[in-house]
Amino acid sequence: MSQIIINGIMLGMSYSLIALGLTLVFGIMNIVNFAHGQMYMLGGFIIYYVYAQWGLNFFVALLFAALLLGVIGLVFEKAFFRRFLRESRRPESSMLLAIGTAKLLESVALILFGEKHRGVTPFITGVVSFMGAYIPKIKLFIFIMSFILILGLLIFIKKTSFGLALLAIVQDKEVTKLMGVDTNRLSMIGFAIGAALAGISGGLLTLSFPIYAGMGSDISIKSFIMIMIGGAGVVPGAIVGGFILGMLESFGYGFIPGSATYLLIFLLVILLLIFKPLGIMGKPGY
Amino acid sequence: MKLKKIVSVLLIFVLCIAFVSAGAQKEKVEKPDGPTLKIGVLGVMSGAGASWGLVTKYSTEAIAEMYNREGGFEIDGVKYRIEVITEDTRMDARVSRTAMEKLIHQDKIKYIVGTNIDDTTASAQPVLEAGGGMNVSYGFHKDLFKAPHYNTFLGMPTPYNSAPIIYDYTMKTYGVKTISFVARNDSDSLFDRDEGVEAARNLGLRILSHTETYEPGTTDFYPIITRIVRMNPDQIVLSGVAPGDAPLIIKVARELGFKGVISTETGQDAIILSEIAGNYANGFLSIGSASSPEFASDFMNDYMKIYSRIAGEWNDEAGTKAYALYMILQTLKIAGSKAIDDVEVFKAAVPNVKIQNPFVNRDVSLSYIGSEILGHPRQLGVPLVVNEYRNGSLETIIFETEY
Repeated sequence: MSQIIINGIMLGMSYSLIALGLTLVFGIMNIVNFAHGQMYMLGGFIIYYVYAQWGLNFFVALLFAALLLGVIGLVFEKAFFRRFLRESRRPESSMLLAIGTAKLLESVALILFGEKHRGVTPFITGVVSFMGAYIPKIKLFIFIMSFILILGLLIFIKKTSFGLALLAIVQDKEVTKLMGVDTNRLSMIGFAIGAALAGISGGLLTLSFPIYAGMGSDISIKSFIMIMIGGAGVVPGAIVGGFILGMLESFGYGFIPGSATYLLIFLLVILLLIFKPLGIMGKPGY
Repeated sequence: MKLKKIVSVLLIFVLCIAFVSAGAQKEKVEKPDGPTLKIGVLGVMSGAGASWGLVTKYSTEAIAEMYNREGGFEIDGVKYRIEVITEDTRMDARVSRTAMEKLIHQDKIKYIVGTNIDDTTASAQPVLEAGGGMNVSYGFHKDLFKAPHYNTFLGMPTPYNSAPIIYDYTMKTYGVKTISFVARNDSDSLFDRDEGVEAARNLGLRILSHTETYEPGTTDFYPIITRIVRMNPDQIVLSGVAPGDAPLIIKVARELGFKGVISTETGQDAIILSEIAGNYANGFLSIGSASSPEFASDFMNDYMKIYSRIAGEWNDEAGTKAYALYMILQTLKIAGSKAIDDVEVFKAAVPNVKIQNPFVNRDVSLSYIGSEILGHPRQLGVPLVVNEYRNGSLETIIFETEY
């Protein structure tokens, strides 16, 4: 039982980091960024090449992943989404655009990086034992890094004027605009932060899991489930959603046949959305 | 603003023209002279399973190039240049069927390499058979190849070929008496698992668990593997495991203290095993191709060079997939030029095919097998190779041509 709980907590922390970027973009622009999983994948590949192949310091590689994905986020927002949201009258069209950008990134990754699975040898090896559970040291490192990054993001959003402005856009874009805030510029930067977070989470988790060009869709679907559980566009909701999914997966795989785990998870999500359509922490207007 | 719109539209138009011209130019440069033999490749070349279809594509292109650089492949005194036309199934049965329709009816192709999995093969079969084509599939389910499916050939050794051989080896070498299975939750992997379970039963092994599965995309294997390791089997079989998942599962099992044998009946990648599992992967048994220096002939080495140039790097799975186009061509040569447009003539020649295997540096013949299991010779007699991972590379420990 302790192994299952510990697994759930470790997994939840990683998932929360993945979900944060997606919920930020949704909150700012009301778009589900289906390319989130592909951005995660690109972050992983950047770590693979910059750290594992070229031998640069891991943290330098992680920063590079964040910056490069941030730039991709900037370009996507300015070149695709901003223009589109201004012109389009149908909200579902933005989903199609997001799916298109996902396919674009996936195809580019396939051309650039090939079809093979890649892995990064973790720089910390070994296992620690805690309350009867085994925790690989590299997973502990990922847990701590994720915690620091999530905490950093929360402090940034709550305590800096820039972060507060982003929060204001999430709550009410029109009023924020009327207050004289340059919402276009902030939206662009917010999207870039969301993309950078996806890249960082991909880069971190590559220490533990393999990466390949086609993995983005699974990550996007899981991220989507997390923000639906926690409340789309709500930053604390992403953390709650991430932990809930991590625990559900861990308990599910621990106690019921693997094939039924995600069946159960989807059923629970459906039930949750019937009774709480905005998610656990979602509020009207978000 | 209006000017910006006009400029954007013009830019897009110019880009389109540039792409189309580049494509036409490429085609103009590559269009061969003389008679052409068109070969289709149908496989998953995007998304999660891209590696399977792309390896098939690159392998076929490499074999084609080996003959095209000599002026083509000779059938009845005429050299045919081989033109490879590929279609992506996107691992979707409906897309597979549509793609097969295009290859058969639009491109007028009779000989196709692919698809990679059971459901895309099954969905495309009616189109293939009605159109008088034949294909070499990498799906494993026996029903795909048994009567009345006379036009589909199995392209490689399957779990029902390899499982008895691997388990017999581990019983004799490591004293294995108990065994557990864990499978990816998709139809191909579950079928692999069922075949492995049957082989284990027939050999008298005690099966401790065989219902554990994980969803594709699973990243945390601790919960599932903890359950299996607790039962303390002598051997854990990873049925249908993908190259990216195998090292994770191995690492988890070893970190949990598992000391027994870990094996699979699928092909694996030494590089990713090394990158993720490291020394934990030592002793891991998997299916491979005879492309190691110990077995590779000059022909295989040549093929590996060309494949590596086309694909960017070598992939051990390509050593198995080289046989598909090679066998098709050799059978056409034996059957004669009438078989180029008539698959019935091709099929009539199949029982007579017995040629020297050019890929291995020993005296081994190549023919169509499978009469015992499939009821007719509808399996390419690709050597069954079992590899053991040792310190960064895959070493061949079993090489079987009779199975």
